[in-house]
Amino acid sequence: MALNPDFVGRTYPPVGTYQVGREKIREFATAIGDSNPLFHDVDAASAAGYADVIAPPTFAFALAFKTMLSVVSDPELGLDYSRVVHGEEKFIYARPIVAGDDLVVSSVIDNIRAAAGNDMITVRSDIATVAGEHVVTTYSLTVARGTA
Amino acid sequence: MPTFSQVAVGDSIPAADFPITRLNLVQYCGASGDFNYIHWSESFANAVGLPGVISHGMFTMAEACRVVTDWIGDPGQLCEYSVRFTRPVAVPDDLVGTVLSVSGTVAEKLDDNRVKVDLTATCKGETVLGRAYAIVRLP
Repeated sequence: MALNPDFVGRTYPPVGTYQVGREKIREFATAIGDSNPLFHDVDAASAAGYADVIAPPTFAFALAFKTMLSVVSDPELGLDYSRVVHGEEKFIYARPIVAGDDLVVSSVIDNIRAAAGNDMITVRSDIATVAGEHVVTTYSLTVARGTA
Repeated sequence: MPTFSQVAVGDSIPAADFPITRLNLVQYCGASGDFNYIHWSESFANAVGLPGVISHGMFTMAEACRVVTDWIGDPGQLCEYSVRFTRPVAVPDDLVGTVLSVSGTVAEKLDDNRVKVDLTATCKGETVLGRAYAIVRLP
């Protein structure tokens, strides 16, 4: 089933604030097996000029993912979530996410297309502090295999 | 940490191998909040035409990033990071799993002390990421 093209340009304003916890960062870094001291050790992060431990670069996706789930599971969009795999991902960083950040995620559907029998949708998410400082932008291409 | 003046286009950065087991996927499910059945249920993965349980693309992407952040030391100097997931990484339920091999080459020197590194990620000899690159800022 083709995706609803009317969804291109649809925006998703922030739903609440994500407070970045130090232990969440350590848990995420541990899950990816990364022992970089800047993810775990406050003193090491401080020596590198950060207010607290910083998050691994791909942690930003965990924030954008919440919005993406609500987008791709919207029945009006017509995406078969059981056929979904991740196609592409891009991050553009202004700075790393730091423990203690209060972040908001604003998302927009950048593009919808079909190719080789697959439906594809790109969601852009801008992650900023509640004070409005841009931190990172993510571009996520989701593919529904064989649904187009 | 390498400095901008030290690196040249064509330089290799230290490569690394990352074992991936089912335990890693379960742990990543919890840490990331992505509990899609294809990352832990063999029967579900097979039913939707996958070669068994597969790694989260984002887990593969996180591992590949480590060759870059280990090279520069401070992950906060990463400016941009982009990949295409070109082939699923199947992770068998045998306590051994699979191995992701990642290497990188300096592809371009940019303004503002930034360097583009092209990454190659393979699993069982097959490329699993396409157009994978990172842009970092060096001192």
